[in-house]
Amino acid sequence: MTNHWVDIKNADLIFVMGGNPAEAHPCGFKWAIEAKKTRKAKLVVVDPRFNRTASVADFYAPVRSGSDIAFLGGVINYLLSNDKIHHDYVKAYTNASFLIDDGYGFDDGIFSGYNDQKRSYDKATWKYQMDGDFARVDDTLQHPRSVFQMLKAHYARYTPEMVSKVCGTPKDAFLKVCEYIAETAAPDKTMTNLYALGWTEHSVGSQNIRCMAIIQLLLGNMGMAGGGINALRGHANVQGITDFALYAQNLPGYLAVPTDADADFKGFVEKKTPKALRPGQMNFGQNFPKWFVSLQKAWWGDAATKDNDFAYHYLPKLGGASDVLSIFDQMYQGKINGFFCQGFNPLASVANKKKVSDGLSKLKYMVVMDPLSTDTSEFWKPHGEYNDVDPAAIQTEVFRLPTSLFAETSGSFTNSGRVIQWRWKAAEAPGDAKDDTEIMATLFLKLKEMYAKDGGAFAEPIQKLTWAYRIPTKPSPEELMMEFNGKALADVLDPKDPTKVLVKAGDQLGSFAQLRDDGSTTCGNWIYCGVWSAAGNNSARRDNSDPSGLGQTLNWGFAWPVNRRILYNRASADVSGKPWDPKRTVLKWTGKVWGGNDIPDMRPDAAPEELVMPFIMTPEGVGRLFSRDMMAEGPFPEHYEPFETPLAANPMHPNNPKALSNPAARVYKGDMEAFGTAKDFPYVATTYRLTEHFHYWTKQSKINAIMQPEQFVEIGEELAKEKGLKAGDRVKVRSNRGFIKAVAVVTKRIKALDVDGQKVHTVGIPIHYGFKGATKPGFITNTLTPFVGDANTQTPEYKAFLVNIEKA
Amino acid sequence: MALQSLDIKQRSATTTPSTQVRQTVEVAKLIDVSACIGCKACQVACSEWNDIRDEVGHCHGVYDNPVDLTAKSWTVMRFTEVEQSNKLEWLIRKDGCMHCSDPGCLKACPAPGAIIQYSNGIVDFHQENCIGCGYCVTGCPFNVPRISKEDSKAYKCSLCSDRVAVNQAPACAKACPTGAIQFGSKEDMTDYAAKRVTDLKERGYDKAGLYDPQGVGGTHVMYVLHHADQPELYAGLPANPSISPLVSLWKGFAKPLATLALAGVALGSLFHYVTKGPNEVSKEIEDEIEREDSEKEGAQ
Repeated sequence: MTNHWVDIKNADLIFVMGGNPAEAHPCGFKWAIEAKKTRKAKLVVVDPRFNRTASVADFYAPVRSGSDIAFLGGVINYLLSNDKIHHDYVKAYTNASFLIDDGYGFDDGIFSGYNDQKRSYDKATWKYQMDGDFARVDDTLQHPRSVFQMLKAHYARYTPEMVSKVCGTPKDAFLKVCEYIAETAAPDKTMTNLYALGWTEHSVGSQNIRCMAIIQLLLGNMGMAGGGINALRGHANVQGITDFALYAQNLPGYLAVPTDADADFKGFVEKKTPKALRPGQMNFGQNFPKWFVSLQKAWWGDAATKDNDFAYHYLPKLGGASDVLSIFDQMYQGKINGFFCQGFNPLASVANKKKVSDGLSKLKYMVVMDPLSTDTSEFWKPHGEYNDVDPAAIQTEVFRLPTSLFAETSGSFTNSGRVIQWRWKAAEAPGDAKDDTEIMATLFLKLKEMYAKDGGAFAEPIQKLTWAYRIPTKPSPEELMMEFNGKALADVLDPKDPTKVLVKAGDQLGSFAQLRDDGSTTCGNWIYCGVWSAAGNNSARRDNSDPSGLGQTLNWGFAWPVNRRILYNRASADVSGKPWDPKRTVLKWTGKVWGGNDIPDMRPDAAPEELVMPFIMTPEGVGRLFSRDMMAEGPFPEHYEPFETPLAANPMHPNNPKALSNPAARVYKGDMEAFGTAKDFPYVATTYRLTEHFHYWTKQSKINAIMQPEQFVEIGEELAKEKGLKAGDRVKVRSNRGFIKAVAVVTKRIKALDVDGQKVHTVGIPIHYGFKGATKPGFITNTLTPFVGDANTQTPEYKAFLVNIEKA
Repeated sequence: MALQSLDIKQRSATTTPSTQVRQTVEVAKLIDVSACIGCKACQVACSEWNDIRDEVGHCHGVYDNPVDLTAKSWTVMRFTEVEQSNKLEWLIRKDGCMHCSDPGCLKACPAPGAIIQYSNGIVDFHQENCIGCGYCVTGCPFNVPRISKEDSKAYKCSLCSDRVAVNQAPACAKACPTGAIQFGSKEDMTDYAAKRVTDLKERGYDKAGLYDPQGVGGTHVMYVLHHADQPELYAGLPANPSISPLVSLWKGFAKPLATLALAGVALGSLFHYVTKGPNEVSKEIEDEIEREDSEKEGAQ
């Protein structure tokens, strides 16, 4: 979230698309209800299903799953062509005025630089026109190559008629949604956007979110209380694990990971340290060397010196893709021998269960660390038709190491709003269960001992790894949090006055501003710096006083970065430093420094006339309507069909088969062939969660099982009639990858949509069920889903694929 | 449940006068249907606080689960899809005991002290006195009490009388994430409901209103409805609930013959206790139950 949970109460419009917070985030959703009750806020839901969130919405519009960019592109077009944008904001705080390179182009669905053999782009032309070091701009926004004019031209094609044709949303419903959104272009009106996996789990997932970034920038809703783009995270600590390198292409704190191409330290650091694209901008990324060196110092301490490039050679270099789909594809190809499966149930949660199961079958061994006996840990065991495998044909040796559950450990949760909150152990773990840290530490110490005894290739990184825990086999959560925060190894001096010591050697650091690139500081995760300062464990603070009334509660827990609650908050004030909406002041210029109700996302003493722009993490200083070369499939989002589409062509590009589905998405050998076509599988399927369950855990809990005991699928009344099905019937749902059987829920809440002249039915399929648990035995929903992901994140396309359905 | 420390206003089949010394505030639970997302946290909280676990059932083609109130499910969410004038609504109502001011169950109950009404308005079942006759089921205009197959006693929501007795809100209200379940004095709840109704009217629900039916003297569980003119839309919430005339007849007959009736009941319960045989329910009442049931099915 750029904002935070409580801040939802400050919105005038809560726009939910790509998520179903009443279903999946009921506790956080209270703030949407609060906004409705106390601010008379409106709630608008756009979703393929009239869901639990829609049940309390002021307006609902249906949309075909997988057509979000067409819808949102239509919103962009509506705002631009009806002049419903926040002009001053757009002009000053976005790259609308920047001029785009003359080589950049877009032709019938394909951007300049495409290589269809490699399914990827040469992005050399996706950049600004330059004047020396800086990007060229036109403050009138009239230049035909300005981002503003190019944006207008790009989205002019997304007319309400086209939206209706692609999305199946009735035109009047689409326009009504546009009207709600457009109202928040007023400087003192805000829209918050709540989304979750309904946007990310598409082959164009990242670009769905990019569309909303463009919309919120046009409306001037970024940085505002009650505004922002708010990704609702599912698991209580999934934000925390993401911050700590969930993705293989990141180091902790979203630092880039070096690849095989990054042979030396100097070259790597130079490549990853951006240069400002406009004069006078903070270009905060220029501090990359400080963050990276402090991380190396946290990991290898005295063994990381200036002379050995801070042990850069110890750091493993990424050889290629290591995302979840790529790992399971490598496993499937027999390239992986052993698999540590920690807090993860991939048989159930990764796309195409058959491929995952075949991959697991090719392992020599698998170690499952989990509090529960998961489906994955019994992938080899026959459970009737629910898991139809032959154990004799599977040689994988499976070890199960029981771990403690979250309530049986202390530590912290980082919530969607980036607020890190300490928590205390509530119960002892049963039986032989151990904390994950103890298992990992014990394993590490054993490996270290074996290297010492028996030797081995490149033992140094293991032998020299910092391991200063009081009980080496049991690093405590407190010790770990202090290590993430970091400390001074030598006195940290004030750069403005070197006689002044900011932090004494040995003390905990207070903020990442104190990090140094000379090896005098350590920090295990730069964005967490400050969480455990000299003042102690700031994540354990529980003062809920809220003087602003905005729910900022700056003394409750600790939000990364530097306890800032609303990102880009400098943009909540106009160029002169006056809040756009004084009733919801987040930040204001006091004459000497930035003050208000948050930690400024700005140099505290940067006077407005210095024109330091609010988006300090970009080298431009402004928000990007045109994303340069940051995205895999183009600088402006374009609608592409899901890889399994009910349509014969992309209605936006009917004559260009290359532009049917995401041209830059990676498809592995064999997976393209495993896609089904509308001829055999005529219905759009989408998968989702139910409020009664949490992923694949709570099917093991009796009380959750009572609340939602048995697997079902949802179909509309019209499709049910066509198929002769009634509520409660058992049905078989097939994709080209397998089948599941479930009970039919027949509902008015899923309507057949008129898409490009053809009738499209949607089949809704909850996840959660499997062959292990207290619920009635069920099939793994991901038996059905396709093995293809978003071109940027590789998040699988769980939300839009094709199935057929029949009475079981 | 027993062990209460609340003042008793009425006690089934009992003529002893109730206490008068203390003044207590009438309480109420307000269920704001317009803020309910049907998450079932209230169902879970109810099961946990009261230590009851229903069976793991089946999906019957709807979101409702358990599909009906039982002796082990004292509250359930009822989901209804309604399409009127081209607008689809998914109405979700938390069903359970309404804690009527004029409780039909208590009136119908022949077992002394099996059903209690406290001075704060809560109607509670004391199962140790229950003879399992099922009259309360007939007496209830909302079809709430359920007889357990395990011990042949009647069960329903107690409005967490044990929690309320120590100034705690009912478990369901405590667990509700959206504030759709509010708890407080009946007066405060009525005021709060008025604000919610104003908000709903501003959003175009002209007929929004409070459900506090006077046919049963008002209730201590009230609803804010978007369509207060059509309560039946919410899974058959009765528009004008009243106590079955049969119960009134029974009471009318019993009143002048209270002593005789009580003696008969005592004998009946002793007989039941000794034999543990099937519960004896009069033919008329059985017919009445059947008639009501078939009407309900018809309505669905």
